[in-house]
Amino acid sequence: MSAEYKGFLLLSVLKMIVVFTVVLIGVALLTLMERKVSAWMQNRRGPNRVGWAGLLQPAADGLKNIIKEETFPASANPVIFTLAPVMAFIPALLLSAVIPWAAPLPVHFDVRLPLLGPVSYHGMLSMAVADLPVGFLFVLAVSSLGVYGIALAGWSSNNKYSLLGGLRSSAQMVSYEVAMGMSLIPVLLITGNVGFAEIVTAQQNGLWFVLPLFLSCFIFLVAGFAETNRLPFDLPEAESELVAGYHTEYSAMKFSMFPISEYANMATVSAMVVTLFFGGWDLPGPWSPAPGALRTLLTGGMMFAKVMFFLFLFMWIRWTLPRFRYDQLMALGWKVMLPLAILYVMLIAVALWGLEHWAGIGNPKVRMGALFGLNLIVGYGVFFVLDRGLILAGSYRARPPTAPAPLSTPRTG
Amino acid sequence: MAIGVKVLPRPERQVSYVRAALKGMVLTFKHMLQPKVTMQYPEEKSTADERGQYAISPRWRGTHRMLADEQGRTKCVACGLCPQICPANCIKLVPGEDEEGNRYPLIYEIDEFRCVFCGYCQEVCPEEAIHVGVHYENAEYSRDRFVYDLERLSSQVHPVSSLWDPADPRGE
Repeated sequence: MSAEYKGFLLLSVLKMIVVFTVVLIGVALLTLMERKVSAWMQNRRGPNRVGWAGLLQPAADGLKNIIKEETFPASANPVIFTLAPVMAFIPALLLSAVIPWAAPLPVHFDVRLPLLGPVSYHGMLSMAVADLPVGFLFVLAVSSLGVYGIALAGWSSNNKYSLLGGLRSSAQMVSYEVAMGMSLIPVLLITGNVGFAEIVTAQQNGLWFVLPLFLSCFIFLVAGFAETNRLPFDLPEAESELVAGYHTEYSAMKFSMFPISEYANMATVSAMVVTLFFGGWDLPGPWSPAPGALRTLLTGGMMFAKVMFFLFLFMWIRWTLPRFRYDQLMALGWKVMLPLAILYVMLIAVALWGLEHWAGIGNPKVRMGALFGLNLIVGYGVFFVLDRGLILAGSYRARPPTAPAPLSTPRTG
Repeated sequence: MAIGVKVLPRPERQVSYVRAALKGMVLTFKHMLQPKVTMQYPEEKSTADERGQYAISPRWRGTHRMLADEQGRTKCVACGLCPQICPANCIKLVPGEDEEGNRYPLIYEIDEFRCVFCGYCQEVCPEEAIHVGVHYENAEYSRDRFVYDLERLSSQVHPVSSLWDPADPRGE
C-alpha cells in the first residue's frame, strides 16, 4: 500500500469520524432546538431544567429511551419490525457523507506514523467524506430508500393505523420524489454537472442559484418538507387521525430511531438546499480569504449558519401551518408541483438556449442575472396570479353558495 | 341572535396559500419575541400579594389555620358550630372546660383529605378562630399527616381567606 493511499484512507477515516459525530450530536441537539423553538412560538420557555438552558435534555431523553421497556406486538413480523428503524436511520445518516461541508483544505504532509508506516497527502482535501462524482443523484437515490423503513415499520406492526401511516408515507414520498427530481434539472441545465463541488463552483462564478432558479428552489423546499414527513406534510404520523402512524407500536430506542432519522433527514435536506441553491459553503465574494485553514473554517461556519437557518425554517413552518388533508397533499404533489417543475425545466432550457444563441451572452454572472429577471416575472405569475385558488389551492374547488336545506323536509323511508 | 356569536369575515376571493403562509410565519415569529408566560414554579411562586405577577386571589380557600388571641391562647371556645355545619364532616371536636368555666378544645382535628374547602367553618365561627388559608402547597409523605391537629392548625402562619370580612360578619 503506497504512502499516498494510506494518507487518503487516514484522512477519510478522520473525516468520517468527525462528520458522523457532529451529525449525531447535532441531531440530538436538534430535538432540543425543536422543543425550544416550539416553546418560544407558544410564549413558553421550553426545557430548561436539565443542564444549562436544558442543553443536557437530549442526553436525559436518550438515557430514558435506553432504559425503557421494549414492547413487541404479539402479531408483528419480528424480523422486519426490528429492522425497520434501522432501515429508516441508515439512509438518513448516509447522506451526510456526500455534502461538502466547507471549502477544500490544502493539505501537505509526509510523515512516518507508528503501525502505519510512511503516510503522505498532497493536494486539496475535499471537505465531504466522499466527494462522489454522481453528486445529488446519489442523494436522490438514497433518500428514497428511507421510505422502506417507514413503510415496513407500518406494515410489520400489524396494526391498521400503522399500516395506514406506512401506506400514506410511501404514496407521499413517491409522489414528491418526482417533483423533487424535476426541480433539480434546471440546476443540472445551468451547471452541466451533478457533482456538489461543481455546483458550488458554478454558484461562486455566477449567482447563488436561489436567484436565477427561484421556482426550483421553492419546489425543492416543498418537496423536501414532504420527503422528511414534516408538517404541513406529516400525514404518515398524523397523530390526530392515526394515533401515531407508522411508529404507533414502537417503544424505547426503536421508537427513538424514527425521530432521530427524521431530524437527520431534515439536516440533510437543509444541507442539500444550501448546497444546491444557496451557494453551499460559499462566502459571498469579497469576504472569502485565500485557500487555507482559515478559509475552510470560515466557510464551514458559513455552511453551518445557512443549514441552521433552514433547520429553523423547518421548525418555524411546523409550528405555523396546519396539516394538509390527504387528497390536498396528493393534488398538490401531482397537479401542482410536478407540472410546475416540468414547465419550469422547459422555460429554463429555452431561456438558457436563447441567452446563449440569440443574445450570445457568455459571462455566467450576466446570464444568471438575466435568468433572475425572468424569475421575477415567473414568480409574480405563480404567487400572485396562479396561486389564488387557481392552482396552488390543492383540491379546493370554488362552489356556488348553496342554500341551507329547508327544515321541514319530509322524511322518506 | 341571543348569544353574541363572533362571525369571522370569510375572504371573498381565494387567497394565495403561499402568501397566507408567510403571513402566518410572521405571526409566529412575533410570538417568539414576546415575553414568556411560563411560571418557573419552584423558584417563582404564587403569593397572596396582589401586586405580584402570580397572585393568588385573597378569596382562595386552602388548608385551615387556627388563630390565637393576644395572650397566645387559641381563640376557639369549643362551641361546636363548625363540626355541626361542616358538610364533609371532617372536623373532630372534643370540648373541655377549665376551673374558671372557660371552654376550650381538648381535641380539634381537621381531616384535610375529607374537607371540601367550602369555608363554612370560617363563616360560622363566632370567635373568628378557624380560618381557611390562602395557601396551596400541602404535599406530605403519608396520608395520616393530612389530619391536622390543634397544634398544627395553630402553628400555620399563612394568610387567611378574606372571603368573609371580620368587620362585617353578616356580609351586609
